[in-house]
Amino acid sequence: MHRFANPARFQRLAGAILPWSAGLTVLLSIVGLWFALVASPPDYQQSETVRIMYVHVPAAWMALFVYANLAVASAIGLVWKHPLADLAAKAMAPIGATFTGVCLITGALWGQPMWGTWWVWDARLTSVLILFFFYVGHIALTNAFDDPTRGTRAAAVLALVGVVNLPIVKFSVDWWNTLHQPASITRLDAPAIHPSMLTPLLLMALAFFGYYVTVLILRLRHEIVCRKLRALRLTQGMGAPAMVEQGGS
Amino acid sequence: MTRKRRRLYILVLFLLGLGTATALTLTAFQDNLVFFYSPSDIVAKADVPYERNLRLGGLVEMGSVERVSGSTEIRFRITDLQHTIPVVYSGVLPDLFREGQGVVAQGRLGRDGVFHAHELLAKHDENYMPPDVADALKRAGHPQGEADPGR
Repeated sequence: MHRFANPARFQRLAGAILPWSAGLTVLLSIVGLWFALVASPPDYQQSETVRIMYVHVPAAWMALFVYANLAVASAIGLVWKHPLADLAAKAMAPIGATFTGVCLITGALWGQPMWGTWWVWDARLTSVLILFFFYVGHIALTNAFDDPTRGTRAAAVLALVGVVNLPIVKFSVDWWNTLHQPASITRLDAPAIHPSMLTPLLLMALAFFGYYVTVLILRLRHEIVCRKLRALRLTQGMGAPAMVEQGGS
Repeated sequence: MTRKRRRLYILVLFLLGLGTATALTLTAFQDNLVFFYSPSDIVAKADVPYERNLRLGGLVEMGSVERVSGSTEIRFRITDLQHTIPVVYSGVLPDLFREGQGVVAQGRLGRDGVFHAHELLAKHDENYMPPDVADALKRAGHPQGEADPGR
């Protein structure tokens, strides 16, 4: 695993993955949206409104998945002090926050016609809002210090505290009665969703995953370049103010 | 013990402690974390919460919906298949409101045992299927769409 954690190796590996992940994201989005909006049937209860699911559910899955990634990167950064893990955590947080935001907004748009309300303070909705606050807190804390290593460490601790929220989000619908319905896919028996509706859902989920991989690689590359520039600036010190200006931050 | 190993142990201990604390807190506040009470929950309470704001959830009992002509008032019964509480509501009904469907009503339980709701939300279950499949299941006598009354 350490072989891939070297920034130079990462850059080569990322360069090899990037065109594939970007191409697959575009392809899967087109096919997935076509299935979601055109080639799938309306629901027997919710009719056409059910199509919000094909954006809402993948966004919710990715919100949890990216947070799990963020927590692992933060733990590696804290324990093994690996610089790439710190940068990965910094690169992941805004992506995860976006997925969580999309999940909350599409959920409100879905809740209004179906449940009769944009928002309720039930355990599922509230725990997802808390997840969003953890992401926002992570972004804020990362950038809150003049010394980036202090910000990274504080944000990593926050990310690990937020891990307790992940099972709460996932199992809130089983532990307490909520307005939100329980899981349709991840259950012990067969999924409670017809194959004609499962196909667009899974295609969209893969598209979202491809988007995450693509944007993560782009953001992580950017963070590595910024880190190198900073190191250059520190070693050259006051000697090259012109270059410092060009480098920006 | 190396410094990395020590940091790892501290991290694991920290997460275990945090997880335990969270689990204990959530268990202690179990009763406050539920979004609604089922009719059985209310009946089972030693001190029945009359005239206090609460949410009551369950299924709209089949054949129980009565519309009062000339007003938006509607009367029905909420059931969890064990206990049943009559509800009076006046206002806009959510699209999914129908007999046999899950609902959550917010309001007060009167001394007469009737629940006066001022807000009504529909709750749908986790089953998704095209209408023709639902029809076929219904014809075959499959109990599709029957929400779990505990939720």
